[in-house]
Amino acid sequence: MPSGVGLELILVFALLALLVIAVVIGRRIREKPLPPEPRRRREGFAERVRKLAGKGRLTEEDWRSLQEGLVRVDAGAKAAGEVVTRARERYEPGQDPRVLLAEEVAGIFEGDPGFSLPEGLGIVLIVGVNGTGKTTTIGKLAHRLAGQGRSVAVANSDTFRAAAGEQVAEWARRAGADLVAQERGADPGAVAFDAVEAARARGRDVLIVDTAGRLHSKQPLMDELAKVKRVVEKAAGGPPDEVLLVVDATTGQNGLAQARAFAEAVGVTGVVLTKMDGTARGGIVLSVREDLGLPVKFVATGEKLEDLRPFDPRSFADALVRG
Amino acid sequence: MFEQLTERFGAVFKKLRSRGKLHPKQVDSALEDIRAALLEADVAVEVADSFLDRVRARSIGEEVMRSVTPGQQVVKIVGEELTETLGGSHKAFVLPTADPAVVMMAGLQGSGKTTACAKLALHLREKGRRPILAAADLQRPAAVQQLMTLGEEIDVPVVSEGRDAVKVAKAALKRASKEGRDVLIVDTAGRLHVDPEMMREAGRVRAAIKPHHVLMAVDATVGQDAVRQARAFMDEVDLTGFVITKLDGDARGGAALSVTEVTGRPVYFAGVGERPADLEPFHPDRMASRILGMGDVLTLVEKAEKTMDEEKAREAAEKMAKDRFTLEDFLAQLREVKKLGPLQDLLGMLPGGAQLAGNVQVDERQVGRAEAIISSMTLEERRNPAIISGSRRARIAGGSGTSVSDVNALLKQFDEARKMMKRLTGGRLPKLPGMPRIPGT
Repeated sequence: MPSGVGLELILVFALLALLVIAVVIGRRIREKPLPPEPRRRREGFAERVRKLAGKGRLTEEDWRSLQEGLVRVDAGAKAAGEVVTRARERYEPGQDPRVLLAEEVAGIFEGDPGFSLPEGLGIVLIVGVNGTGKTTTIGKLAHRLAGQGRSVAVANSDTFRAAAGEQVAEWARRAGADLVAQERGADPGAVAFDAVEAARARGRDVLIVDTAGRLHSKQPLMDELAKVKRVVEKAAGGPPDEVLLVVDATTGQNGLAQARAFAEAVGVTGVVLTKMDGTARGGIVLSVREDLGLPVKFVATGEKLEDLRPFDPRSFADALVRG
Repeated sequence: MFEQLTERFGAVFKKLRSRGKLHPKQVDSALEDIRAALLEADVAVEVADSFLDRVRARSIGEEVMRSVTPGQQVVKIVGEELTETLGGSHKAFVLPTADPAVVMMAGLQGSGKTTACAKLALHLREKGRRPILAAADLQRPAAVQQLMTLGEEIDVPVVSEGRDAVKVAKAALKRASKEGRDVLIVDTAGRLHVDPEMMREAGRVRAAIKPHHVLMAVDATVGQDAVRQARAFMDEVDLTGFVITKLDGDARGGAALSVTEVTGRPVYFAGVGERPADLEPFHPDRMASRILGMGDVLTLVEKAEKTMDEEKAREAAEKMAKDRFTLEDFLAQLREVKKLGPLQDLLGMLPGGAQLAGNVQVDERQVGRAEAIISSMTLEERRNPAIISGSRRARIAGGSGTSVSDVNALLKQFDEARKMMKRLTGGRLPKLPGMPRIPGT
């Protein structure tokens, strides 16, 4: 930043103007009783959409309903609109529009790379906002890889959260993976560095590094994560083989902002979509794929070790469209 | 950048004279935009629709306020309805003086229940209660340890004896009575609302402890699924209210409207960080602003009203409008504004300011430099910068420890800013259109 008084001054002026005006013109609360309001349920919606399958010709209203159906599973207005537009172009009277929609959705992910690790020490970094299921995913992933004959080490670089180390330790135990842990309060970068060294020394061929959940809007935390990745890169002699962003399937439109920030900070290679055993359908990954090009690599459907499977665009699309 | 700013803030203040009553077409057009904004904010589709039906019914035939467009009038009504639905004028969380009063925390996996329990315990302890925590999440690895660690941090005892959630809860109840603890907060396992066994367990825990409050922790980032979750929990455990967590992020938080609308229960608390202290009473009006994408203007205004002198503020506003705002006025107001906190944070509270704050780093030293420059001016110079000749500039630069080019830049910027302020205030003091009501005034 140059040494001049610059832009900040303008912003300060603007702020001042706003504040001064706001202080001057504060208003009284106007009390108004709530009108009596019946509990409405739109049960009609699912029915309406189902009926469209048999319809001969679809109206504008029908297409809007289909679009709304996608919005209801968190696809977001933009992605929903695009999918419907493309399906509409291919539509011929008598067809089941939902089949077309599902094909369009699946098509978005067609040809995407799956999860892959090289020969030699493969390193996986697990990132995401708080509460998405990172640590549980690590247990499942370790279990899966062990089942494929690999020798897995797990490291916890979450030095902030209470009992994070114990949580990872339990999952490592369940998965039969080797654990590299550290004291709470130590530096995440240092822990990650030691983990790589330890995994190598112990002759493991996979290292999965857990990181603390963090809100993507908190720049210092994102900077810290970028540092952890750089440290791992340095210790390993190359970037992590997979950087998986764990996304909760119930996430709404904020998921796109999450993905964008994490991608910028650490270069995400794929998404793990968790908690797909609930009623959410994870529609947010449509935008994540379309806007950011991030593939989905795994889907998690429960709290047990086995509840992780590779992403299948067709079944995902079917579930999404059926709602 | 300068243009962007004026555009952004100018839209907020734009006034179009419009008399008469709201016409259905005007209302519908405004509601279309608002519906899109609500959906973008992750309000559930059915909730947005039923909510907007209500707004529409109320809006048609309403008087359009002077100096406000019909669209802005509708937004104002939306803001008021939103605030009402989210919990009305801030509903206080009341716990009876029972022995102990019991709070049960429920919700989906990862929603922030455990942290919320610790936060609530700390909050109540600071209010003079004697809380005790029950670690009844026996599902998640190390959940018990997590709560125990937190309990140590905040100096609140944690009970974890028992092979299942109900037993732990009962043991905690006993210990609460024994140790004279007057509040028991029970953490439970995260569970899917479609897991019948787990939902039944929740019901059993509830029956065992007969809580005075059953709070559901809801993640502010949840999208359309919020309605299904809230309905199911409401049916199974009869919620009394909500805690919306992770509000320190940038999620718009439409889930808050979804859950309150379908259950009729209020949001009591907002989780705003990962530490035990990061719990705030929920402010429906601020949440309304946030959901509508209007930033946290109300927090800003509230802060401003508390710390700034109204008389001085009025004078300053008049001067800005009449283009008589001087460097002296600016210096005085700048000092007032600094009382509100870091400028970077204040910036983030303006509509659209969150993105702005993300891209622009307010360097407080620059602001300090500006202050120093103005302070080095004589009163005459501050009131009439036109007289500031080369030699005066040199003197000012010397006195403030800056350079002549800094002084030049400041004078130029101030000039441009004055023009902008005049445009913003439109030459007279406007009403603040489209804003939900401001509390406490």
